[in-house]
Amino acid sequence: MINKMNVLIATSVILLASGCTNLGVQPWERDLLAQEGMSLNNPVDNALDDHIYFSKEASSGGKSFGGGGCGCN
Amino acid sequence: MQLTHRSKPKVLNVKAALSLATCALLGVNPVAAQGEGQSTEPWSFDTAVLFYSEADRVSALEAMVSATKEFDDQHFLNLKLTLDTLTGASANGAVAQPHAQTFTRPSGQGQYQITPGDTPLDDTFKDTRVQINGQWTQPLGQHLTGSVGGHLSKEFDYLSLGFNANVGYDFNQKNTTATLGFSHFKDTFSPIGGIPKPFASMGIGDSNAPNWDGDFAATRLTDQDDKNTTDILVGLTQVINRRMVTQFNYSYSVVDGYQTDPFKILSVVDGQGISQDLVYESRPDKRTKHSVFAQTKYHFGDSILDLSYRYMWDDWQIKSHTLDSRLRIKLDGGYTIEPHVRLYSQTAAQFYQPFLHQGQLMASFASADYRIGAMDTYTLGLKMGMRLKDGNKLAVRLEYYSQRPKDSGFTQPGALAEQDLYPGVDAVILQMSYSF
Repeated sequence: MINKMNVLIATSVILLASGCTNLGVQPWERDLLAQEGMSLNNPVDNALDDHIYFSKEASSGGKSFGGGGCGCN
Repeated sequence: MQLTHRSKPKVLNVKAALSLATCALLGVNPVAAQGEGQSTEPWSFDTAVLFYSEADRVSALEAMVSATKEFDDQHFLNLKLTLDTLTGASANGAVAQPHAQTFTRPSGQGQYQITPGDTPLDDTFKDTRVQINGQWTQPLGQHLTGSVGGHLSKEFDYLSLGFNANVGYDFNQKNTTATLGFSHFKDTFSPIGGIPKPFASMGIGDSNAPNWDGDFAATRLTDQDDKNTTDILVGLTQVINRRMVTQFNYSYSVVDGYQTDPFKILSVVDGQGISQDLVYESRPDKRTKHSVFAQTKYHFGDSILDLSYRYMWDDWQIKSHTLDSRLRIKLDGGYTIEPHVRLYSQTAAQFYQPFLHQGQLMASFASADYRIGAMDTYTLGLKMGMRLKDGNKLAVRLEYYSQRPKDSGFTQPGALAEQDLYPGVDAVILQMSYSF
């Protein structure tokens, strides 16, 4: 099961990476992407949320490292 | 981002004070640090206070200050200080019973009683935590960015030390970024009362009795234990078009060491569902986790959609799905509102059992901690943000978080059939953030 999943992930990443060359914008087309709300990370909210869900659920990480960090759970 | 510096002298004083404090922590002179050819960008601060409160259970207050400075072209230092305090009651793992129950506190000093029909909660849950993080990020080449960081978290009975290293490679005109990250944590747990022996019976009696300390010590294995957590993260960020950006991550995590909760127990019940014994739980000391994560942001013009999904699976047989969506809506006057919906569902760990049967063959591992049982949760929230005249930002976030533990198919014998073994937990989250 895990091996199949690894192959699927690896294949997906390779396909995505190879398809990426046709995607994207020119440097002068980044006006909307440069706006604050388009950042993929909101470090403060994400850190506070991660702490809550790490303590209350059996999953952590994914977006960033889900490692140890505290005895909260 | 500091457009005007004349207004809000108080805020500037706070900022100046925090800048000095940050420089003092670094051991550098704030003026000398800005030498010739170096950036004169001031420190920027993100601060937040979060209040988390469960009905009749845990309450937490958490404060965070994050300071970032660009020291040179694209050379960033981020320092983060987090303080939190927890109080309240936490489920100890035992089942509700038709009669009153008595439990010994984790320290071995004293007992607490639970009324008939109530889920046993240990109300001695109390802790204060300090966490410090530092992260340095800089270019390593024309297309390569590197970042290293350190982590320290200290509670009364817990110490966590960690470091991380990451590299990001930009290509396709910086429309694509491949990232590789590594982190390692070493945690040491030294709970009051020590580490209980797996499946040792919880002693119930007079803690002032002359033989009590010896009897309690017989249920203890050691004073402290530790665990190591190693994470590897591979990611790909892709700009799709002028309005859309996506991210894909795969994470691999190995946790090696003590992962049992020393405060959690299981009820051992007879054929009539009546508790005959209480034993300390036991979990495997190795856990390997995988997760895939995808996120996309789409700019509609007046609003931005943030959608993400995570699938996690591990060798404890826990599988989980997390779907998170936020819609940031721009209003007039520099205001934004952001509704938030998060849906989460997990299956139970292979060794999860809400109780043990008297006389059953003892398994190697068992835990009645509902947090590793089958469960659905959802979060509904609303965040309101505003940009102040001086460019600083203020935000308030209010969320409702609900946990709905589920029966994984365990038959509840006799008196247990009348008890709620999977009570829900509801919490309110209030957060205020200020960036300057």
